Amino acid sequence: MSQPVRSTRQQYTSPPQELGAGQTSHTTITEKISSVVLTPHTPIQWFIVVSVGLMGLGLLQVAIGYLLFQGVGIWGLNVPIGWGFAIVHFVWWIGIGHAGTLISAILLLFRQKWRTSINRSAEAMTIFAVLCAGMFPILHTGRPWLAIYWLFPYPNSMDVWPQFRSPLIWDVFAVSTYLTVSLIFWFTGMVPDLASFRDRAKNPIARAVYGMLAMGWRGSAIHWERYEMASLMLAGLATPLVLSVHSVISFDFAISIVPGWHTTIFPPYFVAGAIYAGFAMVLILMIPLRSLYGLQDFITVRHLENMGKVMLTAGLIVGYGYFMEQLIAWYSASLYESFLMQNRMFGPYGGFYWALLICNIIIPQALWSKKVRQNTTWLFLISVVISVGMWLERFIIVITSLHRDFMPSSWDMFYPTFWDWALYLGTIGFFLVAFFLFLRAMPLIAMHEIRTLLPFGKKVK
Amino acid sequence: MIMNQSGSDSYGLMAEFETPEELLEAARHTYSEGYRTIDAYSPLPIHGLAAAIGFPRTNLPILTFICGAVGAISGYALQYWVHVIDFPLNIGGRPLHSGPMFIPVAFEVTILFAALGTFLALWIGNGLPMPYHPVFNVEGFERASQDRFFLCIESRDALFDADRTSSFLRGFNPVEVSTVDW
Repeated sequence: MSQPVRSTRQQYTSPPQELGAGQTSHTTITEKISSVVLTPHTPIQWFIVVSVGLMGLGLLQVAIGYLLFQGVGIWGLNVPIGWGFAIVHFVWWIGIGHAGTLISAILLLFRQKWRTSINRSAEAMTIFAVLCAGMFPILHTGRPWLAIYWLFPYPNSMDVWPQFRSPLIWDVFAVSTYLTVSLIFWFTGMVPDLASFRDRAKNPIARAVYGMLAMGWRGSAIHWERYEMASLMLAGLATPLVLSVHSVISFDFAISIVPGWHTTIFPPYFVAGAIYAGFAMVLILMIPLRSLYGLQDFITVRHLENMGKVMLTAGLIVGYGYFMEQLIAWYSASLYESFLMQNRMFGPYGGFYWALLICNIIIPQALWSKKVRQNTTWLFLISVVISVGMWLERFIIVITSLHRDFMPSSWDMFYPTFWDWALYLGTIGFFLVAFFLFLRAMPLIAMHEIRTLLPFGKKVK
Repeated sequence: MIMNQSGSDSYGLMAEFETPEELLEAARHTYSEGYRTIDAYSPLPIHGLAAAIGFPRTNLPILTFICGAVGAISGYALQYWVHVIDFPLNIGGRPLHSGPMFIPVAFEVTILFAALGTFLALWIGNGLPMPYHPVFNVEGFERASQDRFFLCIESRDALFDADRTSSFLRGFNPVEVSTVDW
């Protein structure tokens, strides 16, 4: 019988650069992340946020109920501005969602190991943001139960089909595929961590629930082999998907002949805007989260700094998009295009445009400074400013392009009503409740991926 | 109860290790010793471990490609059938077969089919969900999902012999060698 030569156990004392000082072994990683969930103790801040979220959720239910009862007339829509807040918020939410897929899929393909601390919660953010986004176009149909036959191709009693040449149908396919793929990617990633929870849970009910969700995962080498390959495949599929989703959403605008919408810069400019808004939202969520649960060892200053750099880059691309819109409005020599640009800057919504430039272009330049990128307060504030800026951007694209169209006789202004705001604030409430329930019940950091950050094969003391 | 040729009534023998390196080394030696029905359990993916116990590289990517190709064809065919064959509708003189306009939906269906196919193949291939498995009977196996590394030689193996295999596993100097009950 051959006797294997025992390797000398090397001592390893400092943690890998992706983690903080306290995390030097598989044991500490598992204990720290599980202790956030597998405990009867819930932080008071959690209850505060969920209470606020539940108020929003209640508002959402009232807003939806009254909308379905009365119809879209309760919103501030009118004849030139048929899209209003519903589409502004649809694009805003779905843009936020894109950062989760970017972190989990694109950074996986680029082998950016720091992503492992933030991908799980960013993916959760994606799913809840896409759910919020999906509500708006569905409710915008007024009576969604009568809209199914022209949204989905199924053999219906009227014997008609959706119009596949319409970008609105592309939206249906893009967003529903995006939600499905994000969900299976998220769930697949969680299975080994749910198995850890199953094996650590003291409460029999928790053990049974996590056991069912973990599906009997036992960490077999053969399973891991397939699992790693499947994750790579899903990441490879999610990457073109996330780029296509926001491109398709920009086609809703770009395929039309409305001045201000009909531009070829839209797909890349929308995708960059999505990354911009999404990373801002990830930072808004992560900065309070890491101090609430003491996760500074996992979500380190280096992570925050990297996200700041991604934001800065995306912001510069967005700035280029604004510049190109201006340039083409002038270069096209089209009367309507140049009027639109003048109206956007100096018309009744002019203040919004200048606020947009300040929020999205000027203030984020502070991220060039390393001190700002490493300061959580500044990062948080800049992220909030960017979220507001991205909301303004969608408002300007949708509203100012529509409100003064080709014929001055049909010009009008858009005034959002209480119900417009109620639906928007309601979705924020829904998002908060869903995200915080996720934090309380699910593994919020991918433990099995974090374990691979430790130097392989070395004994860690 | 399943009996094997060597007459053992257990599922196999399980050795517990503290580090991935020890597990990988033990797995390599076990395979070169001639054992074939072996499996290793770890809380993290270990590169080269599946190969060390003789599992060939998974051909999952081929399946992903096939599912994607089926999605691309069916997504495009659906639109062609709807707009050209079943319900031709002349809107503003546009061609019935508007190829470029059919690409976005065909693309999304490609991704959808490929992703769903990969997802199903992953779990069907791994035989999960599985409500019961004998390895969970091993004391301390709950650490296989946390911080310990396990190697199991199953009793179905032609070379398996309760005593000889046990002392073979002890040769790796593991934390523990235990019998896996059914």
